[in-house]
Amino acid sequence: MAPKRIRARAVSDDPEDLARVPLQAVLLADSFTTRFRPITLERPKVLLPLVNLPMIEYTLAWLESAGVEEVFVFCCAHAKQVMSYLENSQWKSLPKFSVTTIESHNSISAGDALRLIYERNVIHGDFVLISGDTLSNMSLTRALQEHKERKKKDSNAIMTMVVQRSKPSPITQQSRLGTDGLFMAIDPTTKQLLYYEENTNHSKGTLSIDKMLLVDNTSITLHNDIQDCYIDICSLEVLSLFTDNFDYQHLRRHFVKGLLIDDIMGYKIFTHEIHSSYAARVDNYRGYDTISKDIIQRWTYPLVPDVLSLGNSATKLERQGMYRSSEIGQSRSAQIGPHTVIGTGTTIGSNTKITNSVVGKGCTIGSNAVIEGSYVWDNVIIEDECELRHAIVCDGVVMKSRSVLKPGVVLSFKVVIGQNFVVPPYSKVSLLKQPTKQDSDEELEYADNNSDTLDSAATGTMDKLNGDPLLEFSEMEHHVSSELGYGGVGYIWSLCEGSHEEEWRHSVAPIPAEKLAEITQVIEDDLELVSQDSNAPASSGELKPDTQINAEDDAVYFEKEVEATFLRAVNENVEVDHVILEVNSLRLSYNMQAADCAGAIFHSMMKLALDAPHSMQNELLRNVHNTVNAWQKLLKSYLPGKDEEIEVILKFEEICLESVKELSPLFTQILHLLYDKDIITEEAIEDWESEKKDADEADRVFVKQAEIFLQWLREAPEEDDEEDGE
Amino acid sequence: MPDVQTLVNEFLFKLKKRKIEGSHATARQTTILLRSVISQQRIPYTHQAAALIDAVKAVGEQLVAANPVELAVGNIVRRVLHIIREEDLSPTTVAIAGLNVSAVSDDEGDTDHDDHPVLSAAAVAAASRNTLRPPSLQTLLEDLPDSAAVPHTSSSGGDSEGKSKSADKSSRSRRLKHDVIEAVNELIEDIDTCHEQIAEQAVEHIHQNEVILTLGSSRTVLEFLCAAKEKKRSFRVFVAEGAPRYQGHLLAKELVARGLQTTLIADSAVFAMISRVNMVIVGAHAVMANGGVIAPVGLNMVALAAQRHAVPFVVLAGSHKLCPLYPHNPEVLLNELRSPSELLDFGEFSDCMDFGSGTGSPLLHVVNPTFDYVPPKLVSLFITDTGGHNPSYVYRLIADYYSTDDLVLQRKPAPVN
Repeated sequence: MAPKRIRARAVSDDPEDLARVPLQAVLLADSFTTRFRPITLERPKVLLPLVNLPMIEYTLAWLESAGVEEVFVFCCAHAKQVMSYLENSQWKSLPKFSVTTIESHNSISAGDALRLIYERNVIHGDFVLISGDTLSNMSLTRALQEHKERKKKDSNAIMTMVVQRSKPSPITQQSRLGTDGLFMAIDPTTKQLLYYEENTNHSKGTLSIDKMLLVDNTSITLHNDIQDCYIDICSLEVLSLFTDNFDYQHLRRHFVKGLLIDDIMGYKIFTHEIHSSYAARVDNYRGYDTISKDIIQRWTYPLVPDVLSLGNSATKLERQGMYRSSEIGQSRSAQIGPHTVIGTGTTIGSNTKITNSVVGKGCTIGSNAVIEGSYVWDNVIIEDECELRHAIVCDGVVMKSRSVLKPGVVLSFKVVIGQNFVVPPYSKVSLLKQPTKQDSDEELEYADNNSDTLDSAATGTMDKLNGDPLLEFSEMEHHVSSELGYGGVGYIWSLCEGSHEEEWRHSVAPIPAEKLAEITQVIEDDLELVSQDSNAPASSGELKPDTQINAEDDAVYFEKEVEATFLRAVNENVEVDHVILEVNSLRLSYNMQAADCAGAIFHSMMKLALDAPHSMQNELLRNVHNTVNAWQKLLKSYLPGKDEEIEVILKFEEICLESVKELSPLFTQILHLLYDKDIITEEAIEDWESEKKDADEADRVFVKQAEIFLQWLREAPEEDDEEDGE
Repeated sequence: MPDVQTLVNEFLFKLKKRKIEGSHATARQTTILLRSVISQQRIPYTHQAAALIDAVKAVGEQLVAANPVELAVGNIVRRVLHIIREEDLSPTTVAIAGLNVSAVSDDEGDTDHDDHPVLSAAAVAAASRNTLRPPSLQTLLEDLPDSAAVPHTSSSGGDSEGKSKSADKSSRSRRLKHDVIEAVNELIEDIDTCHEQIAEQAVEHIHQNEVILTLGSSRTVLEFLCAAKEKKRSFRVFVAEGAPRYQGHLLAKELVARGLQTTLIADSAVFAMISRVNMVIVGAHAVMANGGVIAPVGLNMVALAAQRHAVPFVVLAGSHKLCPLYPHNPEVLLNELRSPSELLDFGEFSDCMDFGSGTGSPLLHVVNPTFDYVPPKLVSLFITDTGGHNPSYVYRLIADYYSTDDLVLQRKPAPVN
């Protein structure tokens, strides 16, 4: 009823003033990622509680207060849940604010969503594009006005991106929201966005920008201190662009970068910087933690618990940032520390300590429990003497007495943790089994988000649990009591390949001290290099033509390049001379020494030998033999002197120690082989030995292993001498 | 009916989202909303007043819960309840007087017609004053027989009589509603004109060549100062900027635009400047029953400085800011903690808000309260639209405007502890 009225009015206004179209917004109630798994298998991300309120509440509240009149909520994964939630929410009954849901089952990305919305033909003018996990308290009027004025002057200015300045240090960016570093080039006068790069590789210290940018623009400011708020004001063209380019999936990675690169159409993106307002997006668990704390600290005012609290569960703010709802049963001896939120109907036992945490509605917490920096959702039962540190505990979880959650743990819905069980750090526990197919490629991860099988499996399990709890529980207990302690129910998800390294980055737990030190070290190194190289400002400033080369990184890249060249040579039977030529050119372009080349080539050769099929050590040795035979000319050409040869031995040691453990037993044999082939001379080996004399025990492993060979080597020349003498 | 409900919901939403700022605007809009609630309320034949009171209370309760910090909402709800009670008592006298007037005017000419209404109006006013103005005990006593009388009259009488009675009743009920709405309209007018009413008294308080200090911005203070200026008083104004919202800057701008000699100072300079000041004039958020003031943050400091140097501390407050509650109750003495971004730029300090490193708990905590409580002993004078009053007199003022039955708005009895 409401939308109709608004539209009717808009139509009647149309002839006199086109600008009086009601402001529309597209809210993507699906993040199209799997960062919040396993929780998102059972409930959509936008309905996950953020300080005891579903995230979408914050987004809608902001849209409403910013003057948006019509919101189209795009639901994909768990569309039914989102729709039924909205149906029963306060937003449906508000005048001048209509919420319409658009359901889709086959959209796997933001691109698909926008294409579908375009097909529906519901957007009539400029609209706000936001995802359901973004919260802000900024005022849209200025940004909108700027956008409209630009659009009037230049019809190609189709998008305004809201950005926020943060402290110019990548460590803050990473440790605050857990997002990757972001580099932007912005025209300081027109605020046009010229370059956008999410720095996905943390070790990479360089950034390459098309020099045409410098030609086309009189001045550019480069920023690494800007945060993308993921709030965009778009013109209608954005939707049609998505339809035209059907391969656009990701909003930033494809759309924004696509527009920036594409100079045929000449579409432009501008930025709007907010200063005192707050805007951030819950991208991962770390962002969840940080934004929760920002809310508790009231940066998002008026979107704070005591103002937003729904229905009759009035929340009151007490001293030291404590929010307490009504009807809390709290033992006199319980200590509830600062920055804590306690939901309605929760009871807390004696001597329990809660600090920096959020506890939802209807939880039961026993006595002598410790809850620190954790997020406990609704109806959770925590028995006596449990310990929770920096964990997320979803609805209906039961923690039996004296169980412990280590930092970074995520317990999905209705998991039961057995008595005395200690859940290891960063583990994720769910009632659902981990899906067997794990797509390492993030693009493909979208695909199984909408698979209905998982959905139905989830609801199926839920139904079963609800229907016949006793039977199910006993069955489950039987299966997994070993996995989660006695009486535990659920599966611990194994950490997927490669992401182990990333777990600490994206969890709610604070970054471990050693990792933090690592990041700081890397950054300091970078800074030192920068200051050595030039006086370029560290954070952001006018672009200087110099390149800041990180020597160590270059070495790694060089090695990879050489390896690729070498492998190609092997596969395509390129002549040795040509390979030498290619490696030489690489050497020049990376400014490397002959020794580096030798090391790199040797490394590639060993890799090749290792990659060839082998089952026994003998076979491996034969492989190495063959490879060395075939490519000794190449290697030799980079071994003009003793130093290079020593370098090769050192490299060899390194390989054996670090990357290829299989080779280490063969160290002596291969060394001998190299000696036989005259690749490495006697002097080099002796020098290597003497060099290692002062090294500590761990470094001398291979010297020891080669002891016999060295002995023989030492004796041999004597014999030679004797022979010569005779 | 649904119309009122949507209106109420809309207003509730606005209150909740803190979209209505300032007690004046809130009071005005609350009154307008309550007026429409009353006009839409269906009134039964019996217990008309009680039905109206229930309806207003039900809405009022929601409104107060929506933003408990804004005390003006509760004040207005209580004022309207009081108006209903007052109008419920007066009809009996009015009806009698009206009958007399009609009877007399039928028989006699124009000459008498002029006299009687005046007389009767005066009589009614006197009667209502008699019944209402005295302290609560008496009103309570008079309330009881009145409510008992209503069912008595309705039960008696036969068919024809009942019909005429009911017709009479409906007209009476319409009149009650009409009267209440009239009175509420007057209340709206009062709220609208409170600035002028207060400003009229300016010349009595501001003298030639005086130095006035104020903090932050208040429309009442602005009008007050300007009124004195218009009456050819020449004086100087010190404006403390009122961090962190710096509304003092706006006030200084306005004052200069009206041609007043203005000096802008930092809040922290108040103590240094107070010795040169003749009078402190400030606005308030609410005036409590004990004469204490809930005022913009920083005013307690100013009041203490004024006391130290024996400078009069004058508070300007429209009557809608008089709150019949005492500040002992933590439920009443609420403060609003606003966004820290008014103090700090989030971008610049985002590294202090870094929870990923260290123990995970922030070391920096920014507190930005909106209000101060100034105890009554620090206030020299209240100037309301009815004149100047001592802090110790506030409770009497409150008895004029509110009925003691309405002090607790929650209909549910407090839980037994």
